[in-house]
Amino acid sequence: MEQTYIKAINIALHEEMRRDENVFIMGEDVADLGGAFKATEGLLAAFGEERVIDTPISEALIVGAGIGAAVLGMRPVVEMQFADFISCAFDQIVNMAATLRYRHGGKAACPLVVRAPSGAGVHGALFHSQNPEAWFTRVPGLKVVAPATVYDAKGLLKSAIRDGNPVVYFEHKRLYRSIKEDLPEGDFTVPIGVAEIRKEGGDLSLITYGGTLGPSLDAARIVEKEDGLAVEVLDLRTLLPLDREAVLATARKTGKVLIVHEDRLTGGIGGEIAALISEHAFEDLDGPVRRVAALDTHVAFSPPLEQTILPDTNRILEAIRGLAAY
Amino acid sequence: MPETIGARGEAEPSPRIEYELQLYYWMKLIRAFEERVSRLHRQNKILGGVYSGAGQEAIVTGICAPLKDGDFVAPLHRDMGVFIMRGVEPSRLMAQLMGKETGLSRGKDSFLHGGDMEHFVFGSTSMLGSSLPVAVGAALKFKMKRDPNIAVAFFGEGASSRGDVHEAMNFAGVHKLPVLFVCENNRYAYSTPLEKQMAIEDVADRAEAYGFKGHVCSGNDLLAVLEVTERVVDKVRAGEGPALIECKTYRYRGHSEHDAALYRDKEELIEWESRDPIPRFEFYLEKKGHDIKRIREQIDEKTNQVVQQAVDYAEQSPLPDPKEALEDLYASPAASVTPSSNSNSNHGAR
Ligand SMILES: Cc1ncc(C[n+]2csc(CCOP(=O)(O)OP(=O)(O)O)c2C)c(N)n1
Ligand SMILES: [Mg+2]
Repeated sequence: MEQTYIKAINIALHEEMRRDENVFIMGEDVADLGGAFKATEGLLAAFGEERVIDTPISEALIVGAGIGAAVLGMRPVVEMQFADFISCAFDQIVNMAATLRYRHGGKAACPLVVRAPSGAGVHGALFHSQNPEAWFTRVPGLKVVAPATVYDAKGLLKSAIRDGNPVVYFEHKRLYRSIKEDLPEGDFTVPIGVAEIRKEGGDLSLITYGGTLGPSLDAARIVEKEDGLAVEVLDLRTLLPLDREAVLATARKTGKVLIVHEDRLTGGIGGEIAALISEHAFEDLDGPVRRVAALDTHVAFSPPLEQTILPDTNRILEAIRGLAAY
Repeated sequence: MPETIGARGEAEPSPRIEYELQLYYWMKLIRAFEERVSRLHRQNKILGGVYSGAGQEAIVTGICAPLKDGDFVAPLHRDMGVFIMRGVEPSRLMAQLMGKETGLSRGKDSFLHGGDMEHFVFGSTSMLGSSLPVAVGAALKFKMKRDPNIAVAFFGEGASSRGDVHEAMNFAGVHKLPVLFVCENNRYAYSTPLEKQMAIEDVADRAEAYGFKGHVCSGNDLLAVLEVTERVVDKVRAGEGPALIECKTYRYRGHSEHDAALYRDKEELIEWESRDPIPRFEFYLEKKGHDIKRIREQIDEKTNQVVQQAVDYAEQSPLPDPKEALEDLYASPAASVTPSSNSNSNHGAR
């Protein structure tokens, strides 16, 4: 049946709560309202207020209490109303959760999922448009995923819930209702740490994830038709741990790599990927590794500003053509 | 703990008498451990920060003694005594402080950040106050699963200024969670005195604003701590909601062993040393007819022995293998470790 990305998240939560009574939900307005975006809709009715808990506006508490319950064997799925507010829980995630197992000598685990609705393109302005994944992708002990498809939204959330570690799950707000797919019913998972080739090609590799997969595929189809270029599009899906093999394999195959993300350029994960490729696949390269990302500024509100700042199909097209001609 | 100890004129010690002597033993053991750790630090045998809890032993003893197996405890950075009270082997604790393979964190973290979830002692991070939300989450689990356990979170009056503390207490109040907040108010946060930290005298006053009760007691009086804890813990366990106990106390040593604490008045220190919890409890035992001199001798011998054994064990333990730096970062999905044993075997029977 055709489902939206947000519905896939909702279905995954329903199924996982039914499967494991230790799974519970905590966050702001998640119960009666069903979440600001309706990701948790229907859960209160199905599982009751003990397992679907509305919290005060207390991000550190939401994550911290999730950690306390997780360390005692529960599997909390906590929601940041917007990923932008994850900064208020930063310490609990990077210091408390990420180091937990390490500082307990391997004798404790923290199976916690932090859901974070991220991304721009919804007129959210500075504090409702952020892509804060790179704050977390350099923190050992965490896992970070960013699904770009309806199928992955469900499968990766299930894997995150079943994982024994803290997982930050970035869900792109613009995708919530803008993409639809035929979603298989029933239980399936998408493994964490495994990237997926969305389109094969031999001329150039485009590595992306989350909100920029769609525009990247659009651009790849356009150059295929108009320029006869075969672009291979690799969807990372998981940002930590990175699927290094998949990254290096596509780089070696095509010799030209373009990295695309909606997060801003400086300090974005694209830099890490470029370094990885130059360290391990330098001999196979036929050109510089290039990046298309948000400009190094905040995501401004007014449409002409926002459009200038964010990467789009045209900027990706231009970059593909530039790199192909190199 | 020596069996020969008993009140004068009693053939068989009663359970209460045994319990009181056990409490005395614990306070003495914690003090002896603290003093040895400070000395080891001066001898460069313990690297990294050492935050002595000397002077505050009555608090950890009085709060932890009435707890039950499976209760979750998040100690603060000075609460070495909590580990001892919850049954963590002193030798493993000492190995932890020396960064040894046999320590709680297997050399990964220093001092009291290594937790021991087998005994439900949570290893806090350095970020003051951040363990309170975690303890609240543990209490939430107990409530959801109808477990007969409570969570206990220790924090300093300094940490009480953090937002995490407010978030934790507020949520605990809303959901009437089985959590006991324990403020060890030693009047200083590093060099900053109480009056620069808050405009009130008692942190306990804040409890009311979260919908539960705050209690104030002398943290240097074991019987006072015990009395309020026994009363309050039963209610928390019975589902009446959280409680806050504020224990007024003083730290003898500097903030850490590097700190000469010159910002404090000498007279103030002397005043507080004269309120030391150990002689105070000895006075009580003596009044009850114990031969305190003999008991002290026996217990000193025993605690010295336990501490020495811990030091020997730690010194003889290997350092971690360098390649372990990359271990213990992730749990495999299937093998997520959750505490299974519900046993807190306090060495030295009660
Ligand atoms: C969030 C945070 N800020 C600063 C510090 C540095 N620091 C460590 S202990 C301390 C004072 C703590 O005072 P208090 O909470 O009263 O506990 P006490 O040391 O007096 O037992 C400070 C400022 C820290 N560990 N965490
Ligand atoms: Mg203090």
